[in-house]
Amino acid sequence: MLESLTGSERVAAEVAQVQVPAQAGTKQRPKAGVLPKRAESLEIYRRMRLIRDFEELVQALFLKGEVHGTTHLYIGQEADAVGVASALGDEDRVAATYRGHGVSLAVGVDPQSLLDEMLGRATGVCGGRSGSMNIVDLSHRLIGCFGIVGGSIGAATGAALSLSRQGKGGVAVAFFGDGAVNQGYFGECLNFARVLSLPVLYVCENNRYGEFTPFESVTAGEIVERPKTLGIPSEQVDGMDVFAVRAAADEAVKRAREGAGPQFIEALTYRYVGHSRADPAKYRKPGELDEWKERDPLTVARGRMTEEGGVEASEVDEIDSEIEALVAQLRAEGLAAPMPDPAELESASEFKP
Amino acid sequence: MSQEMEFRQAIVTALDEELTRDETVVFFGEDVAVPRGVFKATPGLTEKHGDRVFDTPISELALSGAAFGSAVTGLRPVIEIMFGDFMPLAMDSLVNQSAKYWFISNEQASVPLVVRSAIGAGGRFGAIHSQTPIPWFLGVPGLKIACPSTPNDARGLLKSAIRDDNPVLFFEHKRLYSVKGEVDDDPVELGSAKVVREGTDLTIVAAMVGVRVALEAAEALAPDGIDAEVIDLRTLRPLDHATVAASIERTNRLLVVEEGPRTGGWSTTIAAELAEHSLHDIDDIWRLTTADAPVPFSPALEDAFLPAAEPLAAAVRDRLGTAIS
Repeated sequence: MLESLTGSERVAAEVAQVQVPAQAGTKQRPKAGVLPKRAESLEIYRRMRLIRDFEELVQALFLKGEVHGTTHLYIGQEADAVGVASALGDEDRVAATYRGHGVSLAVGVDPQSLLDEMLGRATGVCGGRSGSMNIVDLSHRLIGCFGIVGGSIGAATGAALSLSRQGKGGVAVAFFGDGAVNQGYFGECLNFARVLSLPVLYVCENNRYGEFTPFESVTAGEIVERPKTLGIPSEQVDGMDVFAVRAAADEAVKRAREGAGPQFIEALTYRYVGHSRADPAKYRKPGELDEWKERDPLTVARGRMTEEGGVEASEVDEIDSEIEALVAQLRAEGLAAPMPDPAELESASEFKP
Repeated sequence: MSQEMEFRQAIVTALDEELTRDETVVFFGEDVAVPRGVFKATPGLTEKHGDRVFDTPISELALSGAAFGSAVTGLRPVIEIMFGDFMPLAMDSLVNQSAKYWFISNEQASVPLVVRSAIGAGGRFGAIHSQTPIPWFLGVPGLKIACPSTPNDARGLLKSAIRDDNPVLFFEHKRLYSVKGEVDDDPVELGSAKVVREGTDLTIVAAMVGVRVALEAAEALAPDGIDAEVIDLRTLRPLDHATVAASIERTNRLLVVEEGPRTGGWSTTIAAELAEHSLHDIDDIWRLTTADAPVPFSPALEDAFLPAAEPLAAAVRDRLGTAIS
């Protein structure tokens, strides 16, 4: 049925389909979004599997004392970063949060250099200067991951100002969580972007908890409704289904590229681990985690690819094995990588010369 | 070619010249374009440079966030935060994003942005439109802070700030906007102080309006046989300690005049640096600042609150007594 509709009608129909109650345990959701070509579907799955296994490695290394400080893992939310990133081109720019490993890998940051950064090594993507929360990789369109809630919103809004002046159709994307919608950045920047009609896609990953607090207990109204009051098109998508996220992002990015101004997506998702290393997540409702895991983004993607996308289960298994081997290699190389030389602090300048 | 102009005209001239010279320069803020700026420091720019100069919502955090994001993606934004007192609203993007980026990105990119802001007391604006926000930023590595005292330095430093690859806070003292002076075409280097009056008995270090106060005091002291040298710091981060140290090597006495609270400002930094590195040159060193108190409103109170030439000269006479022979 969807095929007979125009682009915007199809988006509207798809959005209507995924307007599910924002509750865990909604096991049977209508499928949204048409699967891309086989090779692309497999690559999308591959990225999600990489993020999942990478994050599990980071967690394991953290527990061994090899990853220092704190970490904020992306496990459970893989479909959001990968779905949106799959809709982007070379001319686009991305800003993410301190829970940024997933977005980093989704936009193509080299996993070895990302892991090495977690490990504080000289070979890290930021030379061991930044750590887990503040990854920057301009060569892969990642203008930054920001350690303060809401920071990505300002950064992407500014990037959109540049992109709009360059006139090459570039779109800036801000990833942020449900907690960020109550920050000043959110209200100020969405209005700023709207009055200047900037090409920016705001992606709110509603993983249901702002740090340790359920979002609904500190958030008035519906997140998806807020942008609409500013005239910003706003959609809620199933954030556990990468193909639904991709379809929504594809349409939103297209609209922003064509000059329709800022766009907004709320992806309903869930993080499987605590907020950070210090959080055992005892605030979850009983059974909630298990219910969400039944709609695990990797399981959902595997199911749709084999049922609708003509992919063989063995092909997916192959990816799983390939990533397992890759991550083992990342671990070995990361732990063998050199630490930075403290002498660099002597020569480092606070300013660009 | 040198010409006389007001401080505010020097500002708009520098903006116009840099907007003309470099098409990646953009300028935006509250009431800066069509309304021409609340201090009338930015008239005519949007008429000449079109949508590269625009008015924004009253959203300081969006302003600074947009400046940061556009600066790391190819633009050289200049933003105006109308009063320095509004800077706390813009703090996250300036302090956590812009100032750190060069270092924590492992030098992938710097953040070429400029924040212009009107600061300082004497305008009867009360406690929350009269502050000198400089101490809030002094302890933030990665930021430069420019603070001109003359129209020539305003034009020259602003041009340098816009051309600089790092984030620069450019503070304009409200009581200087109507000051006139000769202005030439050259940029003025950031981080370089200037000896604006040579003397042998005492060095007075100041910035912005304080420089005018110090020069006036120096003239008042001359008939008493006290020959004061005056240094205009012009930039507070990085601070030109070498010029100050070289001066005190000759005069052996230092007075630092700072419009700002006694605790935590740049006068403290100068005193500490000299104590650490130039103790053998120092016979005396002291500071004249505003009190550790909010800026009062009433003209009677505000005038008494601020450093002024005559009390400053009296303080020098009192302090030095017969030391000068």
